[in-house]
Amino acid sequence: MQVNLKVRRFDPAGDGDARYQSYSVDMPENATVLDALIQVREYVDGSLSLRCSCRSAICGSCAMRVNHRARLACKTKVTEVAEREGDEIVVEPMGNMPVIKDLVTDMEVHWSKVRQITPWLQPTGPEPEREYLVSNEAMLDLSHTMNCIMCGACVSDCTVLEVDTKFIGPAALAKAYRFGGDPRESRDPAAHVQKDRLQYLSDVPGGIWDCTRCNMCVEVCPKDVRPMDRIMQLREMAGEAGVKGSIGYRHGGAFANSVRRLGRLDEARLLPDSVGFWNVPRLLSEVPGALRLLRAGKLPWSHAMPWHKPIPGIKHVRRIVDQVRKERKASSS
Amino acid sequence: MKYAFWPGCVSKGACPELYQSMIKTSAKLGIELEELYDGNCTGAGVISEHEPELADALNARNFALAQKMGLSLINICSTCQGVQSLVQEKLDRDEAHRAKINAQLAEEGLEYTPGLVIKNFLWVLAEDFGLDKLRQQVVRPLTGLRCGPFYGCYILRPSRILGMAEHPERDHYLEQIIEAVGAEPVDYEGKNKCCGFPILTNNRTNSLKQAGGHIAEAKDEGADCLVTPCPLCHLNLDAQQPSAAQVIERELGVPILHLPQLIGLAIGIEPAELRMDRHVVGTQKVLDKVLAKVGA
Repeated sequence: MQVNLKVRRFDPAGDGDARYQSYSVDMPENATVLDALIQVREYVDGSLSLRCSCRSAICGSCAMRVNHRARLACKTKVTEVAEREGDEIVVEPMGNMPVIKDLVTDMEVHWSKVRQITPWLQPTGPEPEREYLVSNEAMLDLSHTMNCIMCGACVSDCTVLEVDTKFIGPAALAKAYRFGGDPRESRDPAAHVQKDRLQYLSDVPGGIWDCTRCNMCVEVCPKDVRPMDRIMQLREMAGEAGVKGSIGYRHGGAFANSVRRLGRLDEARLLPDSVGFWNVPRLLSEVPGALRLLRAGKLPWSHAMPWHKPIPGIKHVRRIVDQVRKERKASSS
Repeated sequence: MKYAFWPGCVSKGACPELYQSMIKTSAKLGIELEELYDGNCTGAGVISEHEPELADALNARNFALAQKMGLSLINICSTCQGVQSLVQEKLDRDEAHRAKINAQLAEEGLEYTPGLVIKNFLWVLAEDFGLDKLRQQVVRPLTGLRCGPFYGCYILRPSRILGMAEHPERDHYLEQIIEAVGAEPVDYEGKNKCCGFPILTNNRTNSLKQAGGHIAEAKDEGADCLVTPCPLCHLNLDAQQPSAAQVIERELGVPILHLPQLIGLAIGIEPAELRMDRHVVGTQKVLDKVLAKVGA
């Protein structure tokens, strides 16, 4: 079959502009995008640069954008892409990192963030005589994250990294869960290991609360690591470890309390409850926005008034909230 | 065609124009809605971050209320759809978990059993109502209106729980509907990305950079307006648009329509009934373009 590729080219020795170049190569039906690119490089245009190694979705070298979405080129069949998304396959380097040449990116952005999260286990206390024993359940939970091959696909398509290079990002935060969530990491409250890790991830600019929960990393990850789900686990762990000072944490509490009080969201109180009623500068900064809402008849101020009625079945909602919390507390103690 | 209608908190709060336009539009289309007046907030993904079991129980309660009515569940919020689909997948997959959650509902005489159909208005229009039928009801084709789709993350991702295998076109329905009502869909990269609303409280700058960036991109591609099936996206794209414009240092002024408003305009409902006036970014530009054609 004829495979048509439109490849983004960039030559650092050239005029500094990227351009698109089209290629057409004859490939077998079962070819991958990587096979087609290698065919181009070997037989059509030797100047095309790309990174690859295992060709079996193990090494993670060949992550790139195929039709504007990060994927492993070696795991992406040309027929699948062409059938669903059209005959011409657009191939571009990963996003959110500088391009060295053509499809090869400088992944230092990615590695520096992995180094940032203390990517190792921190046990304390005396070493056991034999190996550490970890329950099946705990390892199964971590196995998702351990599948990560550090290909950078999630970093490439992260929607927060697009606007903020400080964000630690999905791969490194998933890695932080891989160690922070491992029972071999010290849970001794006196050693402060786990709490310090979570405190850092909570307080540092670009930490766990800056994830916007867009699920993009979950979608593009070729190994089903579901990095965003790990970030949510870190948020849950932070609360349990007593790391509760962040706006992000308080926002969650304010949200649940609003549902407990009304059965619905109390939008007017959510902001002050989250940032704190004493946080006058922040609240003042929101005044123009609130006035805009008021002018457009959109400010649900009546929700915050004492006469605003909760939903009819509020007693059931309150019972559910209280009961679930009681059971959660009992199981964690 | 009758559904148990979950309006979501925002359509009953900061986006009252969404609720009103949905009521008017669905009535004119012939879609009957029986509102879940006693339903509770889905938690919008926030509660599930801290207390996943609580989010499961709260959503199971809504599911069971809809099942008690014997109806499928319709929502008008991408975020509600995402949370509901995620919880439903968990409950359907894990019988023991379902039993535990159902135990919380028993006192109210409720029980969730797998099999409930949950669909956003967008999916209902394309799959149950049908685009051909929609085209037949258009009396005011929105010819010449260039409209950018904005989906909202949770109606697109994670695709594994959103029925994308069974309905692979779900990530194209907005474009199809824009075409069906006679407008022209505008393609831009941001249409599938995040509006930034979930981090508005925690990181206002990042949130507004996201919203502003997508609006600016759509504007550069020639969009007269955007349309979204998600009121949370609407809040960031419309209500926060003047602030987003400041953050990205660009003039924006792009009206953001709710999906039922776009449909309502095309099937001949008066703009006032669709509460087109309850927007932060004025919609007159859109109305001028649409109403001028029929001299209304």
